[in-house]
Amino acid sequence: MSAAEMRACRPADYRSDVKPVWCPGCGDHHILLSFTRAFAELGEPPENIAVISGIGCSSRIPAYTNCYGFHGVHGRSLALAAGLKVTRPDLTVVVASGDGDGYSIGGNHFLHACRRNLDMTYVVMDNRVYGMTKGQPSPTTEPDFDTALSPGGTGLSPFHPLVIALASGANFVARAFSGEHKETTSILVSAIRHPGFSFVEILSPCVTFRPDEREWKTQVRPAPVAATDDPGRAARRLMTDDGFNIGVLYRGTRKPYRPQIGRAAADLAELEKEFEL
Amino acid sequence: MRRTPDVSIAIVGSGGAGALTAGNFLLEAACAAGWHGLLTRSVGPQIRGGEAAALVRLAQDPVECAPDHFDLLIAIDWLNASRFEAEIPLGPQSLVVGDPEGGAVPPGIAAAGARLVEIPMKALAKALPEGRANMIALGIAGKLLGLGEDALLGVMGKRLAEKGPGAVAASRAGVEAGWGAAAGLELAARPASARPSAAKRWLVSGNEAAGFGAIRGGIRFAAAYPITPATEILEWLAPNLAKVGGVLVQAEDELASINMIIGGSYGGTPSLTATSGPGLSLMMEALGLATASEIPIVVIDVMRGGPSTGIPTKSEQADLNLAVYGLHGDAPHLVLAPQSVADCLFTTQWAVFLAEALQSPAIVLSDQFMGQSRAAIERPADVAFIGQRLRATNINGSYCRYALGDSGVSAMAVPGTPGGQYTADGLTHTERGIPTSSATEHRAQLDKRRDKLENFSYGDHWAKIEGDGDLAVITWGSLTGAVREALSHARADGIAARLVAPRLLAPVQPEAFSRALDGARRVLVVEQSHGAQFHRYLRAHYDLPGEIRVFHRSGPLPIRAAEIHQEIRNWRG
Repeated sequence: MSAAEMRACRPADYRSDVKPVWCPGCGDHHILLSFTRAFAELGEPPENIAVISGIGCSSRIPAYTNCYGFHGVHGRSLALAAGLKVTRPDLTVVVASGDGDGYSIGGNHFLHACRRNLDMTYVVMDNRVYGMTKGQPSPTTEPDFDTALSPGGTGLSPFHPLVIALASGANFVARAFSGEHKETTSILVSAIRHPGFSFVEILSPCVTFRPDEREWKTQVRPAPVAATDDPGRAARRLMTDDGFNIGVLYRGTRKPYRPQIGRAAADLAELEKEFEL
Repeated sequence: MRRTPDVSIAIVGSGGAGALTAGNFLLEAACAAGWHGLLTRSVGPQIRGGEAAALVRLAQDPVECAPDHFDLLIAIDWLNASRFEAEIPLGPQSLVVGDPEGGAVPPGIAAAGARLVEIPMKALAKALPEGRANMIALGIAGKLLGLGEDALLGVMGKRLAEKGPGAVAASRAGVEAGWGAAAGLELAARPASARPSAAKRWLVSGNEAAGFGAIRGGIRFAAAYPITPATEILEWLAPNLAKVGGVLVQAEDELASINMIIGGSYGGTPSLTATSGPGLSLMMEALGLATASEIPIVVIDVMRGGPSTGIPTKSEQADLNLAVYGLHGDAPHLVLAPQSVADCLFTTQWAVFLAEALQSPAIVLSDQFMGQSRAAIERPADVAFIGQRLRATNINGSYCRYALGDSGVSAMAVPGTPGGQYTADGLTHTERGIPTSSATEHRAQLDKRRDKLENFSYGDHWAKIEGDGDLAVITWGSLTGAVREALSHARADGIAARLVAPRLLAPVQPEAFSRALDGARRVLVVEQSHGAQFHRYLRAHYDLPGEIRVFHRSGPLPIRAAEIHQEIRNWRG
């Protein structure tokens, strides 16, 4: 069998036997399916893919794949993934996060991951609520969303992650909807193939704490224009759309950050010369 | 054996006056001439315009601690000098050289009863093209120490070469002028002459030594967030890791730097970061993650005064509690402490070895005193501690990342290994790495992680044990040198005492500790922490025999050998 034939290429080959903790009807089930389809389409053997996450419903996804995974601490998945990608540029690194993990506790790392522009893909499964802790407002929640923790709503404007990503230097920006498997798979494939830091926001309804989000399937539509390579134009479009345009919105041309590793190995005796009297 | 006489010089000035440059040149010239020496920096928090003191101690034997008093203090100016006068003990035997233009002698220094001499360093410098008063001070110090003029000029030629021949000539003229101005002056006690060694010595700071130890142990990835007084480790590693095929990445904060090294190590590359107390506090959660997911990493904490921002530029041994107990849950991990500038190399290298062998995070507790001091040391021996991790390579069938076994160390698959796919997790997990909340699995993995650390044979490196006698002085970290020196004085008084200084603080070594204290009837604990953290740690984990006394104090004033010696004498009554 040739190396190409040995490659796993069925979505099932990328799925582990671990049963997800997600509620029935959660958008994350669909995203898991799109992940495995995208990996199969890329044809990368599962052992060469690393899925890195933090804490929250969405962050449970690594163990449900048959790839290498890391389910780390809350909010730090991008940093952990950066260390992995810098030292192992040969791997395909996909980071999975949610709107609480990625935009609230992990917000600072989001900015700097965009700036750093390592060749990795960042997927935020946005349901505009903290699901695992049972329904608190996240940075993308509407200001009047009434909860036990913030009675009457937070009164805070939602965070605009795609625009922030553009302003911070992400090299690929897309929005997807969990229910649209074909489109989500295709966006994930493009994001992983695109050099540099690719950011994909996937709208993923929380049917338990945000039943209103079931309506998203009627609200989303393909973006009316093709992706641009002009971050200013992309940002203007995003600032003025209603948040339901789906598709690749920006493809940049910034050179990815790829520090040299494993090159010239000097003798350690060389290093100590500077200490000699 | 009593130490041979030594000589100590302080060069002080306002920040930017060049006191540290002069001190470094003096140290290097003296050490090139065969002295052993240690330069400790005392600086304020200001970047420019604060105060700076270079505290240089020279001796025939290796120097590992601050002197009991200073023989010579040269003040380029007295601006802000009162801020550190307590760090420069003087006596009637001391000589103080000031500049008439440098302001009034601070009362605390005048009160020491030292001989005061005025030399117009600023005026002498002004008379020279590009002249600087710190080079005049260097010339004065060199002359009083009996250092050959050639020794000083040699160092300046080496260090200033890149600044061009003009800078070398200007500094040379300054040193010669200082040399001339000191004619006729003498120190109260003439210093012993240098005792050169045939073996090649190093001049190195603890932070540089730690960086080199890390590379020797196999570290090839570092993530960095700058913090005083640890930054020099990272700045040394940045170019030097690149030379050996590694890389350093600057992170956006300490939360990122620790998580980056967990990612690097998960990918199979031995990884490290360095920080100080505030950064270590931020890293605690991720250290627990490394414990639970069994990812080897090394974190060097160069301790400074705390809590909170504390005193960033000064030393203290008060992060012990944080390092040993700071992780939530039951999270066994390694904590080690180097004992001198030279030992920063060995202990860091050993930490890398242990972390990799035991798939555990290791915290190395250095401190500002060791980290930022520069010392002449004998070239440290090459030791065989090179990090080596038990890897899962040829995997057939079902792979259990966290398989239970006798040693507690289970084979780790790194990404790219076919069949080894698993998810590393901070959630309690099964042997396969699958999240679980089963009581049995939880207990089994807690046992595994405890046993792998407790059952490992650490050998003699766990502690430095010297001498015998019914008095045991127990200390740790950079105070080891001061205690060693105090004990040499005590032995000269006829007091038999032993030194016990654990290098491995976690996991604790009860059997080895009992053996070290066998026959001891009195215990003196010496440490630099306001809350006597080390004493409480010893009480929690070890049986201390007989009568126990504790000599402890917060930073920033170093605990001096003479104080410890006095404590021992007083106890004899």
